[in-house]
Amino acid sequence: MYKILEKRTLGPMIREYVIEAPDVARVAKAGQFIVLRLHERGERIPLTIVDVDPASGGVKLVVQEVGKSTREMGDRFHEGDNVLDFAGPLGIPSEIERFGTVICVGGGLGIAPLYPIARDLHRAGNTVIGIIGARTADLLFYEAEMSAVCDEMIAMTDDGSNGRKGFVSDPLREILASPRRIDRVWAIGPAIMMKVCSEVTREFGVPTIVSLNSVMIDGTGMCGGCRVEVGNAARFACVDGPEFDGHQVDFDLLISRQRYYAEEEACALDRYMAEQKGAAQR
Amino acid sequence: MIRERQTPMREQPPEERIRNFNEVPLGYTADEAIREAERCLQCAHAPCVEGCPVGIDIPGFIEHVKQRRFAEAIATIKAANALPAVCGRVCPQEVQCQGVCTLAKRFEPVAIGRLERFCADWEADHEACCPAVGAPTGRRVAVIGAGPAGLTVAGELRRAGHAVTVFELLHAAGGVLMYGIPEFRLPKAIVQREIDALCDMGVEIQVNRVIGQIRTVDELLSDGFDAVFIGTGAGLPRFLGVPGENLNGVYSANEFLTRTNLMRAYRFPEYDTPIKVGERVVTVGGGNVAMDASRTALRLGAKASIIVYRRSDEELPARREEIHHAKEEGIDFQLLTNPVEFLGEGGRVRAVRCVRMELGAPDDSGRRRPIPVEGSEFEIEIDTAIIAIGNGPHPLIPQTTKDLEVNRWGNIVADPETGQTSKKGVFAGGDIVTGAATVIEAMGAGKRAAAAIDAYLSETGS
Repeated sequence: MYKILEKRTLGPMIREYVIEAPDVARVAKAGQFIVLRLHERGERIPLTIVDVDPASGGVKLVVQEVGKSTREMGDRFHEGDNVLDFAGPLGIPSEIERFGTVICVGGGLGIAPLYPIARDLHRAGNTVIGIIGARTADLLFYEAEMSAVCDEMIAMTDDGSNGRKGFVSDPLREILASPRRIDRVWAIGPAIMMKVCSEVTREFGVPTIVSLNSVMIDGTGMCGGCRVEVGNAARFACVDGPEFDGHQVDFDLLISRQRYYAEEEACALDRYMAEQKGAAQR
Repeated sequence: MIRERQTPMREQPPEERIRNFNEVPLGYTADEAIREAERCLQCAHAPCVEGCPVGIDIPGFIEHVKQRRFAEAIATIKAANALPAVCGRVCPQEVQCQGVCTLAKRFEPVAIGRLERFCADWEADHEACCPAVGAPTGRRVAVIGAGPAGLTVAGELRRAGHAVTVFELLHAAGGVLMYGIPEFRLPKAIVQREIDALCDMGVEIQVNRVIGQIRTVDELLSDGFDAVFIGTGAGLPRFLGVPGENLNGVYSANEFLTRTNLMRAYRFPEYDTPIKVGERVVTVGGGNVAMDASRTALRLGAKASIIVYRRSDEELPARREEIHHAKEEGIDFQLLTNPVEFLGEGGRVRAVRCVRMELGAPDDSGRRRPIPVEGSEFEIEIDTAIIAIGNGPHPLIPQTTKDLEVNRWGNIVADPETGQTSKKGVFAGGDIVTGAATVIEAMGAGKRAAAAIDAYLSETGS
């Protein structure tokens, strides 16, 4: 059992948790993920690590409540409660070096795993330009956190309700088109956003790292469900990744594979919502 | 007068069992077990014991069964085998103990596996016999991986009085017994019972522990463990490498079985993990895993479950009993057939294009090499494909352990007699060393490694 030490709401259906897992907190690095399971009937949920505190044993995660399991976590798992299983860290850490000037682009929930990477790149002596974006102001989080670790920070919303109006790829293109030398780009967010950003950086020949969130079961290098095509070869997000060269990833395949269980996910969510409604009426 | 044939074991009829996940063979009654035990010749040279990878005193336990001394019978088995309920069900007895049974020269061999299963199940319904644990030695052993090899090492070393901690990556102990072998062949409650018995002996099992990350093998040694056993088993599935293999609906057998067994996807949405099967399923491969996957597909609602295998019936690597059960259940065997491409529509697989094969001259493995028949390509319409052609070694420990010698496939190099690896105090066994093999072979390797570890601990005595 793993105790929820802290829980706070970052936006509508977006929550931050700190879960007690001292073994993981002691060694986890930016770019790695964990797998958690809420209860005996739960699925294994892979989540990228946001931060760790070796002193308290806390592992910070951000969860967007998009499906049954994440909704259930938001509704029923509070500070002081336990989740049944928590395993990690998994995956290969981000390659943190002194590259020079790096742009870190985060879209939606992708801002969460991007934060520790930007922080560590900054600590390693890079000039870090942060670009974060969301659909609307409510959904944009970690502005202050990102600002603290970036030399420059640009916030974007699709509707202009906070920061500039537009997509994260807009300022990315502007900076790349400017005379500034950019040595590397990290882009983390929805598959389509990572695809667009990778296409932009490809034009300018800037190496680009993306973090792939394909469907996983064990998350440990056993089931092969998370396979993606990178440079026309099958690779496994859990043990070969989750970070890959964005210019080599077949994003259309990733998007297609992410959607395979859409029907079942909808069915599970409907069933859960009906159950919640029933419970509320009683 | 010896009865020529084995006492039959009752089974769920095929038409019934393909609609449930309950166990297929139903086990012997006490009287049936005694009747079968009476067939044993009690050979003085006991070839069956030689044939058993863990060396159970088979005539000894069978004699106890014959005399209705079931508690003594299970104690005799457990002196050599920590997982009798599992082995009685999934060991390939026909090529081990039963294959060399003296009776088998003229008649059917003694049904040793069924008798072993009977004893283990009898114990579950009666007072458990907890094997004696030796006086504490003060030595500590870390076991990485709670599968058949690791659990065997744990049981053996605990019995010798060593303190044993087993680290498991997944949320449940058991390894392939939990995630791989289906409920209808090996009920998970039975696996859990055997694991609980080890815990009762004082084996400590920690789940959700990513060794290699939270602690490396070297760190375990400096943490105060006197020896480490690596039994991390199979890892990433092999794929065919043909076009269309990453389409939705193409599963590895590992994923298909893990969803079903470990995550209980057959009870979705009551359990959270889904699985999709559709009406027509092709499983590629001819081993036990292919049989398990194709039979699981039927139980998940497939109307047609087809096995595609590139050699002939004779070369099918699966146990005959599994092939027999699969055929009884209506699995369609497309032999001498090989997939060349998966065809999709809207990102989802809709057909597999296959080519017929013929057998040519023997290859390195001594088996006749399958050769494609020109112009024989045809398509099978499918909703789901399952690739069951094997696994590579689990990558985590080799990736994170310095100076651990691995071969070119990534398997750990270990002495087959002792499990000794290239690192002092570090032993390995099971699929991580040999590549995909059987549960009992992994247990045999575990047993040999446990003896070697015990000897190593005495030599390096504190």
